[in-house]
Amino acid sequence: MTPDTPNTAGTPDTAGTPGTPNTAGAAGAAPDTAGEKVLMKGNEAIAEAAIRAGCRCFFGYPITPQTEVAAYMSKRMPKEGGTYLQAESEVAAINMVYGAASAGVRAMTSSSSPGVSLKSEGISYMAGSDLPGVIVNIQRGGPGLGGIQPSQADYWQATKAIGHGDFHMIVLAPSTVQEMADSVFDAFDLADKYRTPVMVLADGMLGQMMEPVVMPGRIAELPDKPWATNGHKGKRERTVANSLYLVPEELERRNVERFDRYNAIRATEQRVEQYLVEDAEIVLVAFGACARIARSAVGKAREKGIKAGLIRPVTLWPFPADAIDAAVRSATAFLTVEMNMGQMVEDVRLVVDGRRTVGFFGRTGGVIPTPAEVLDAIERMDRGMSGDDCSAEPEHMGGAR
Amino acid sequence: MTTVFKRPAALTDRQFSYCPGCSHGIVHRLIAEAIDELGIEGKAVGIAPVGCSVFAYEFFSCDMVQAAHGRAPAVATGIKRAVPGSIVFSYQGDGDLASIGMAETIHVASRGEKITVIFINNAIYGMTGGQMAPTTLPGQVTQTSPLGRDVEIAGYPIRICELLSTLDGVALAERVSVDTPRNIRTAKKAVKKAFEYQAEGLGYTIVEVVSTCPTNWGLSPVEALGWLNENLLPYYPPGVYRDVKAEGFANAAEASAARLAASSVADPTAGKDAEGGGCNG
Ligand SMILES: Cc1ncc(C[n+]2csc(CCOP(=O)(O)OP(=O)(O)O)c2C)c(N)n1
Ligand code: SF4
Ligand SMILES: [Mg+2]
Repeated sequence: MTPDTPNTAGTPDTAGTPGTPNTAGAAGAAPDTAGEKVLMKGNEAIAEAAIRAGCRCFFGYPITPQTEVAAYMSKRMPKEGGTYLQAESEVAAINMVYGAASAGVRAMTSSSSPGVSLKSEGISYMAGSDLPGVIVNIQRGGPGLGGIQPSQADYWQATKAIGHGDFHMIVLAPSTVQEMADSVFDAFDLADKYRTPVMVLADGMLGQMMEPVVMPGRIAELPDKPWATNGHKGKRERTVANSLYLVPEELERRNVERFDRYNAIRATEQRVEQYLVEDAEIVLVAFGACARIARSAVGKAREKGIKAGLIRPVTLWPFPADAIDAAVRSATAFLTVEMNMGQMVEDVRLVVDGRRTVGFFGRTGGVIPTPAEVLDAIERMDRGMSGDDCSAEPEHMGGAR
Repeated sequence: MTTVFKRPAALTDRQFSYCPGCSHGIVHRLIAEAIDELGIEGKAVGIAPVGCSVFAYEFFSCDMVQAAHGRAPAVATGIKRAVPGSIVFSYQGDGDLASIGMAETIHVASRGEKITVIFINNAIYGMTGGQMAPTTLPGQVTQTSPLGRDVEIAGYPIRICELLSTLDGVALAERVSVDTPRNIRTAKKAVKKAFEYQAEGLGYTIVEVVSTCPTNWGLSPVEALGWLNENLLPYYPPGVYRDVKAEGFANAAEASAARLAASSVADPTAGKDAEGGGCNG
């Protein structure tokens, strides 16, 4: 790389679209896995896919259970001519992403729950300055130092309160190692398309588990970023990355503009996976690793003659309200299954709007619900128990209280 | 007619928003002149802090990024790593640099990040109306040290150039002031040198400018200069605290190696491999 040249995608050697196996072979990629299935840890799949998506700056800070992302990046990035840097804190890491993103380069940071809290301010600044970037949260139990076992306790934080001010962030929730790779690839595209931070919200289980994965091919072309603050070279107007607007009407106008963009995202980017939902009477709603458990419980319920189905939100923001709303027609009840005290259930209730019962079953603190426990919750619901009582019933917390 | 004095091209035509007698305006001008003289505007990216100089992004003609309070060094790092050929400078006050952003300040210097930090030390939080800063002098009255800074309670002021000069990544650490025409000339040389060292890739560079805030010191511009002379400069003596080139080294890395060689402590990592274990957390 010559000085003066923005450190962008290196040499995009082969064409490839997200999710499409790269058959031409990705020269320079250390594990040349293009098109073939390889066994990988979720955290490593995230890192490799990010590189293939053109990520050229990674800033991290060690925290369990996400450390493999950073470890992998530290090996691979130098070979790609990119930057791996262990920041002095998560606060610094997200602000490095802010800087690299403002300079027009695809940049990413990863952490786990306590570290993500520290990124809050930086994510808000990114949103306020319309800067794209990818944040990975491999969740663990909280609050506080919490634990190091898998959790989904940062749902509220990710979807409602990732930072101060009027803004949203796109949140993707993979549920397999393959999707860990695909979602990080998508995350970079969505971030650039809408000029917004995007979070990949996974958990310790997905991060640590090994599964076969087909790596996406290398991105062929990166989008133009005429707004980048990378030196005007006397060839264009100066650019500024900024979130300060002291005149209230101007700040209001900026926020309204941004919300127009959010409305477009809501209208076009809601993603779900549906399983046996068409004729389902009890519709489970679960995301991430937890959705795999819910899915197996749905199978077991069907064997017992209970018409259960599953909606798995793939985008947590925008929340797939349309799919939930459509299911209200056939469903008699909804049951959300989460690895927390009941967070997404509020969004489901908001969409269902009192038309159906919405119950909740969850385990928290790093405890992973079993398919048997979830089946039990489905059966209780099937027996006509008020779903609203579910969360209040001690046994519905799997005896966790 | 010959023009003898004009606005540097590296400044936009926006009028400064600083109070009369404030050092910010002078230092902006020095930076802009240095940028012009070195012809680096096209590859310069400046970072505006949170503080009175937040609007620096309106004043410089190069690309600008506004950073969260104290985070300018991290933002600078991101930009410099993304575009290694750029000239990146952050412009920060004492609250920004030495209080909320101290971790970033220390680490960017220790990494030897090839950036330039312009540090405006006015011993007070200007923008928020005159609260105690990490560089507020013992006994100095501020809004939040109404009886004068009591070191028993608030601790001691921090001397940034002295502190940073102990770090191996630093190529240049110089303290200047802009209280006299002569000192202004010295200050300009320091800023220019910092940019040059950055362009040559020698290491991290910082120029601390002992500055005035007449408004929050409660003094007239002239009185403020007097107070700076009598009180701030003795506590924060101007001078060159680190200049690896002047010390005879090619860059910060070479200076660091020389330091290590001169040290009697053996390298504790010698012969050990890097793989780690650990029980999480
Ligand atoms: C996170 C955060 N904390 C506090 C503030 C409020 N704040 C704005 S400017 C400032 C102090 C700036 O002082 P200094 O860095 O010395 O700059 P000066 O105004 O003196 O040039 C503070 C505390 C803020 N904007 N953000
Ligand atoms: S308040 Fe102080 S630092 Fe801020 S512009 Fe006025 S004199 Fe300068
Ligand atoms: Mg100050």
